Amino acid sequence: MIIKFRLDGRDVSVEVEPNELLLNVLRDKLGVKAPKYSCGIGECGACTVLLDGEPVLSCLTLAVDANGREVTTASGIKGEEAEMLMKAFAEEGAVQCGFCTPGMFVMSYALLHEKKRPTEEEIREYLRGNLCRCTGYVNIVRGIEKVVEMGGKK
Amino acid sequence: MMSSLNRMNTRIIPFSFSYHEPTSLEEALSLLSKLGADGKILAGGTDLIVKMKARQAEPRHIINIKKIKELRYITVDEDKIRIGALATWRDLEKSSHIISRIPSLLDAASVMGGVQIRNMATIAGNICNASPAADSAPPFLVHGARVKAMSEKGARFVPIDSFFIAPGKTALMPEEMVVEIEIPLPPPSSSSAFLKLARTSMDLAKVSAAAYLKVDGGTIEEARVALGAVAPKPIRAPSVEKELIGKPATEETFKNASKHVVKDISPIDDIRSTASYRKKTSPYLVTDALLTALSRIGGEKR
Repeated sequence: MIIKFRLDGRDVSVEVEPNELLLNVLRDKLGVKAPKYSCGIGECGACTVLLDGEPVLSCLTLAVDANGREVTTASGIKGEEAEMLMKAFAEEGAVQCGFCTPGMFVMSYALLHEKKRPTEEEIREYLRGNLCRCTGYVNIVRGIEKVVEMGGKK
Repeated sequence: MMSSLNRMNTRIIPFSFSYHEPTSLEEALSLLSKLGADGKILAGGTDLIVKMKARQAEPRHIINIKKIKELRYITVDEDKIRIGALATWRDLEKSSHIISRIPSLLDAASVMGGVQIRNMATIAGNICNASPAADSAPPFLVHGARVKAMSEKGARFVPIDSFFIAPGKTALMPEEMVVEIEIPLPPPSSSSAFLKLARTSMDLAKVSAAAYLKVDGGTIEEARVALGAVAPKPIRAPSVEKELIGKPATEETFKNASKHVVKDISPIDDIRSTASYRKKTSPYLVTDALLTALSRIGGEKR
């Protein structure tokens, strides 16, 4: 069937089978490579995207389920706050191999939208569904804390 | 479930199925009655899709109920809390003003998965998946919840005690689906707690336990204890409950009663833990759950 949805700010339509997963359709059919395939069973968070603004795992979401909805990947997150996050991630060394980064970035962005001034504990709690295979958690948390200190969203 | 993780291709769903997207409950029930055991309800998908990737479930028809918006609610009536089939774990957290009446369920919500899983996964799906380690099961068991199952023929209520049959198996008939979970509002001077032992809090439980207590003038009037991951299904612990009722609500009573839990459980060795570890830790977890429940009575609930 043909599904239509909003992807990173543009309208897309694509032919999919019911057994296709959103992650694979994004990466292989629509060329959006930000969400990553890693565990495939909902343990690692590397495939996280926003579906109608809420973080979900695209490896466990049927592509047909995105029909008529809004999908935002790390590539589609833009604006001042996103710039601040990217800069803070770079400065704090939050990116090592980079594989978990798109998922971490989407989650950090979602967190800052939900809570203006999250504590370190709240940051760690919010990111607990995202694994970093380099184990660079401290720098990731510092990156987010830096944005919080700078006042986050204006 | 994940024991063959490294040999499993978790990238795709390796078979085809027909996809249905009913927009009303009537439509969903009519599909279910037509398809019977060939049809499988999809809600959050966090269990079902994983099983399908591993070919542990191979339904020929998927009935995605997420478009039936009226099934997504958490409300409180005079005497009960009602959780609709599409209410997610995040909805539960966000309804803490209601769910704080059922403290053990809120405990479970705070340790169930990460944010993404909690956004996707439904409470009803957690019980329908019927994992012996389901986080919602011990709280529902100690609070005497009942499950509203519906088919085209009508509705029936299944007490949670008889809902779980075996790993992955519930009392639902093939043409039935869960539409609601009802929890009676607990009386004053009562409270409950849920605890779990797991590698990390978002992981599946090695052992989990919930306790519900009603105390009158220092004496235990009502006591219910339930455990997860220590039997083929989530279970009550009648041997412990028997040793609690009528006794003073003290740590000593709890410790003595908790020892009896080994009579109620039948744990196994699996990838998450061993039978021996589960037997050794269960009494302590039960004691801690009882102490936490007691500490919430009278004082702030959570």
